[in-house]
Amino acid sequence: MENLINLEKKINSELTTKINSSRVKHNQIYLSIDSNDIIDVILFMKTNEYTKFRQLIDITAVDYPEKEQRFRIVYLLLSHEFNTRVLIEFDISEGEKVPSLTKIFPSANWMEREVFDMYGIDFKDHPDLRRILTDYGFEGYPLRKDFPITGHNEVRYSEETKKVIYEPVKLEQNYRNFDYESPWEGTKYIKNQEKE
Amino acid sequence: MAKQTKTLNLNFGPQHPAAHGVLRLILELDGEVVEKADPHIGLLHRGTEKLIENKTYAQAVPYFDRLDYVAPMNQEHAFALAIEKILKIEVPIRAQFIRVMFCEIGRILSHILNITTQALDVGALTPSLWGFEERETLMTFYERVSGSRLHANYFRAGGVHQDMPRGLDADIFDFTKKFPKIIDDLESLLTENRIFKQRNVDIGVVSKQDALDYSFSGVMLRGSNVPWDLRKSQPYDCYDQMDFKIPVGKNGDCYDRYLCRVEEMRESVKIINQCLQKMPKGPIKSTDGKISPPPKKELKESMEALIHHFKLFTEGYRVEKDEIYTAVEAPKGEFGVYLISDGSSKPYKCKIRAPGFSHLQAMDYLIKGHMLADVPAVLGSLDIVFGEIDR
Repeated sequence: MENLINLEKKINSELTTKINSSRVKHNQIYLSIDSNDIIDVILFMKTNEYTKFRQLIDITAVDYPEKEQRFRIVYLLLSHEFNTRVLIEFDISEGEKVPSLTKIFPSANWMEREVFDMYGIDFKDHPDLRRILTDYGFEGYPLRKDFPITGHNEVRYSEETKKVIYEPVKLEQNYRNFDYESPWEGTKYIKNQEKE
Repeated sequence: MAKQTKTLNLNFGPQHPAAHGVLRLILELDGEVVEKADPHIGLLHRGTEKLIENKTYAQAVPYFDRLDYVAPMNQEHAFALAIEKILKIEVPIRAQFIRVMFCEIGRILSHILNITTQALDVGALTPSLWGFEERETLMTFYERVSGSRLHANYFRAGGVHQDMPRGLDADIFDFTKKFPKIIDDLESLLTENRIFKQRNVDIGVVSKQDALDYSFSGVMLRGSNVPWDLRKSQPYDCYDQMDFKIPVGKNGDCYDRYLCRVEEMRESVKIINQCLQKMPKGPIKSTDGKISPPPKKELKESMEALIHHFKLFTEGYRVEKDEIYTAVEAPKGEFGVYLISDGSSKPYKCKIRAPGFSHLQAMDYLIKGHMLADVPAVLGSLDIVFGEIDR
């Protein structure tokens, strides 16, 4: 824990203005930065002799539809030498492009493709930004909060045409999303009634 | 006059016995030499992460069984640890030992499958017949402890679902006595086998630096001579009380990775043995009624237990606002859960970091310049399972 706080101080003093805020929790360092600085910060983290975060563990995004800067991009790095993990994050708004890390870490390729596929976030200078997990010709971005959990299309084998066809989703019964929150603490349906 | 050559595009899969599931691989061939490989994944994509966002924490656990369905409990472990760290739950000692023991059983399950099917891919049938018999025994242990051979849904935040049934520890102990002999038998079929060595030695070599750059973990990393195992370097549950070694490869080829897996099985047997010996009696899940449901017996007598039961199975427990990344050393590598909670009883976001995803990504790098016949050998040594890659 003490090492982590020292490391956090070290990173802060080296990168000074590039770090917006930082904290240490759960044995990890959380850094908040600006989207333009990501290449510099990652390069520093990878090469500096005090950090040596030489493995990119994952890249992911989080969707907060109610915020003006809707998406938060998160990078997870691991340092074998110092046995530490760091989370680097920044917020972007919809349509904004993020610099690609593929030049620094080749493994960023598929991770960025996945973020693009799931959230529709574009990466600058990515060599091959295609959808990765969803079907060929898929539309929409599944992990956005406004994407319905049932999706838009369903697939079945058609006896008439003798091939697999796509159709809009037909539900025999509405999707059941019960509100189990305690009524004493105010559930959504009671709050809505009060407003009316 | 310059000779005109044309590359051939070959579609490998999605239904191919050596693709280990539903992998579609577009290969660009120059004669028999692979020039480029483009894996198309996602044919098993079920939207696990989206579904988890719409379920309570307890309901999310079974989804983890369906990721790497060869070693289900190892995945549940990562998720349980994430919640425990946020809620700061103490896990009873007995539960820790049970969890570690079943994680190691999962490791053996996964490694048997991988070693034997890799052998099958390069032409040896017998190992898979011998190995699957042992997997059956291990899955019976799964069934006896959780009620299900594969999709266990056994780990909970704060412990495990129920205690081991009477007699199970003796049977597992029996297994650990017999199993090293079976590993010897498997090795006698493969390790010095001329054909097996010809197909695996110096195939799919990964250098130390590339293993790091491509985000490799687990055996893929250790096979390339990087001594890194989360069970040792960032021990979770009671792994710090266990005495075991981490096998490391030298050349980073398919053969070294095979050897690493064989040695890891031997180490796993040791860990299981130590768990059985050291396991104390006691509770198997957190006694906090707000987190773990009360025993059925109490429901008839205690009002409080009834309320807790009702709340836990309708609303579920709430997890305070936080974000955390936890990782475990799953058989295939670093399996991580990046969890964002928002104070409600459902996760706001749950990103699953599957080790196989990064490994398969390096397919193009690994196979470039190899022959077409090496594709199954390399795929086999990557140890890919599509449940976790496609999620």
